Amino acid sequence: MSELLTGQPGERRLYLGNEAILRGALEAGVALVATYPGTPASEIGDRAYVVSRQTDLYFEYSINEKVALEVAAGAAASGWRSLCSMKHVGLNVAADALMTLAYVGVKAGMVIVSADDPSLFSSQNEQDNRYYAKMAGLPMLEPASPQDAKEMTRAAFALSEELNLPVLLRTTTRINHSRGAVTLRELVPPAGPGFFAKEPFQKVMVPAVARLAHARLLEAQAQAAAQAEVSLFNKIYGKGTWGIVSSGVSSSYVEDAVAELGLKDRVQVLKLGFTNPLPVSLILKFLAPLEKVLVVEELEPCLEEGLRAIAQAQGLTLPIQGKSPALFSRLYEYHPALVRQVTARYFGLPGKAGEPQEPEKVLGEPLPDRPPNLCPGCPHRAAYYAVKIALKDLGLEGVFPTDIGCYTLGLLPPLSMADFLICMGSSINTAAGISKATNQKVVAFIGDSTFFHAGLPGLANAVHQNHDFLLVILDNGTTAMTGHQPHPGVTLTPVGYPCEHVPLKGVVKALGVQNLWVVNPFKYKETLAATKEALSASGVRVLIAEAPCPLHVHRVQGRKSQARFRVTDKCQDCRHCLDYFGCPAMQLNQGPAGGRMRIDPDVCSGCAFCVQWCEAIRPVKQ
Amino acid sequence: MKSQTEKIKLRILLTGVGGQGTLLASRVLGEAALEAGFSPLVSETHGMAQRGGIVVSTVVLGELQSPIISPGEADVLLGFEALEAFRALNYCHPKSLVIANTAAIPPYPVAIGKAQYPRIGRLMELLAAQVGGLLAFDAEDRARQAGSPLGVNMVLLGALAASASLPFSDADLRQILSTRTNPKFLEANLKAFQSGVDAAGNDKYWLKRPAAWH
Repeated sequence: MSELLTGQPGERRLYLGNEAILRGALEAGVALVATYPGTPASEIGDRAYVVSRQTDLYFEYSINEKVALEVAAGAAASGWRSLCSMKHVGLNVAADALMTLAYVGVKAGMVIVSADDPSLFSSQNEQDNRYYAKMAGLPMLEPASPQDAKEMTRAAFALSEELNLPVLLRTTTRINHSRGAVTLRELVPPAGPGFFAKEPFQKVMVPAVARLAHARLLEAQAQAAAQAEVSLFNKIYGKGTWGIVSSGVSSSYVEDAVAELGLKDRVQVLKLGFTNPLPVSLILKFLAPLEKVLVVEELEPCLEEGLRAIAQAQGLTLPIQGKSPALFSRLYEYHPALVRQVTARYFGLPGKAGEPQEPEKVLGEPLPDRPPNLCPGCPHRAAYYAVKIALKDLGLEGVFPTDIGCYTLGLLPPLSMADFLICMGSSINTAAGISKATNQKVVAFIGDSTFFHAGLPGLANAVHQNHDFLLVILDNGTTAMTGHQPHPGVTLTPVGYPCEHVPLKGVVKALGVQNLWVVNPFKYKETLAATKEALSASGVRVLIAEAPCPLHVHRVQGRKSQARFRVTDKCQDCRHCLDYFGCPAMQLNQGPAGGRMRIDPDVCSGCAFCVQWCEAIRPVKQ
Repeated sequence: MKSQTEKIKLRILLTGVGGQGTLLASRVLGEAALEAGFSPLVSETHGMAQRGGIVVSTVVLGELQSPIISPGEADVLLGFEALEAFRALNYCHPKSLVIANTAAIPPYPVAIGKAQYPRIGRLMELLAAQVGGLLAFDAEDRARQAGSPLGVNMVLLGALAASASLPFSDADLRQILSTRTNPKFLEANLKAFQSGVDAAGNDKYWLKRPAAWH
């Protein structure tokens, strides 16, 4: 039984923020959850999958975030409480649906989780999605802890129904990936079959209907503002003539800073949880007795600008500051000591700043880096190697638009197989642009999950426009980077996972691709020959490199290769393996007579790829 | 119970390499703290950082709301790997207790001869000079001897439990291990845990005794 389905009301559990969000939804009787995986939101979907196998909850890993949001919107329109979750950039993909769903509205509660990633732990940008709430005109809640995350998610469903609008729950990595004590409430079973009540002149957004719907949205925003004024998620504490305003995880840093600086009797804190629309009256009441205010929020000055506008409209002139070179940055996440130091500085207090010892200074030399790397036995490395060698043999230099997934690590030397990346699916379309504008040989790389997510329109377009590049689809049969979630092309799934298989090769052919090669990248000679053919041809060419992620195979089937390989005395020390392949199992032993290659048997996965191109590598006899 | 838990502030930072089990160790500490009446906060690294990179997690107890730890503010550092323990020196303060595994996992640039792994003895010496206490031993070897080659996390938890720096006992941690970890590995895990307890009881592994203990 999932940990999220057990436990008595009142019991305390140590939940990950993402688990707390799902638990909150289950306590609100959520009937449908849809997602596309993405750090730091992935565990919401992963836990929902497990729960869906044990209850009446419907769950799906949708093909992308737009699809997830629309599936959830359809269910919410039919009376099912629904939730969709995604990472911040996922909401860009879903933004088209989001903006007009705000006009269409919902019948049953709908919650959209946007998990932002300040400091870019696992993302391509650190955009602040609170602006989406402003742009779409939707209510937004921002939890400061896992407990908040559960309570807000639960409350968001009721709020959504009251306003007939979807509600945004905006988190950051430190909420999603922190565990904290969460007090449970009763679970509520999902509603039975829903019913779609026809109201075409309310729900079909043609211009005449949408004009009225926009007016309705503005009215609903006024109601939302009234809700924000009385929301229990907005709290004032402390006393004094100084003020601090914060939201999200920053509120936790503020609480610690106030305690550690001994400011409980000198500063009033407005902790905002319901942050769009802002509670104007509450803010004015808060500002009235204050001399100066510090705004603590990661990324953009969203609250700060809102507060200043509210103060200006009322003719208040007290300083309200947050982002400035002397105070907070718009870059990266904050941490407790930073918030404490800036707070002390702003209010002219002595800061308790320790001087941390820098390890490199103490040692007197730089420490070796520990960059992440593709795993030993990763099929992506084998495919990259074949393309590298094929280009070298043909005397060509390639330009490599890449995409989002484990294989983005191909950026690092010695592979160096990534030159351009914007977002999911961008490899194909930027390849089109680069090949049009130059005479260079363009080879684009995309993973199977990313191809289904955002690659299909691009490939159809490339065929239609007769572009000239080679697309390598790195098909490892899963969504590896985020924890091996399935996608439409997968065949290897956990026992009992209900899905239809959409064959990748068939899709590529159906999109009109004439020049198609399918190889197993671990078969080196075949892959090299096919790659050379593909490189030499013209027009849109697709090479599918098909071999499952070994971690996934191990997880699903419990199978692990027992074979191991070693470097024999035949090694000429050419270091081709280091310069072109870079498997973590291949190491250079430092000896008195210089270096010598070896294969670490504890790291070697037994994929038997290197043995196909290096005569000095031989199997270890078992 | 509550008044007692409120007075304490304890910030524990765990650092290691992907696959060493830092996440499980921090989870176990969090569960034990919850059981003892605290409202702990445990923060984790997921995603891209796990592919052979550095994995840091934190456990924060007592009168604190922030889930993460700032540089210079870790009261306890559990270093799962020698270099990573040293790299986290900037998270320590002059009274921090450090428990470090002296076994090395060479980073890729070292493995291919592009960088040098600093001498471990020197790393530990320098570390000891900067912090309040240092318990350093080969936790990998102890894990192997206990029949649990992947049990470095259990060994370090045992050493931490025996270091008298936690507001709950080693019996409390054992209890959590027996209910929250895979029963298949429980015996080996408990053995590795005990080996860590034993290491903390051995004077020769204390490169520096915390001042309060003298």
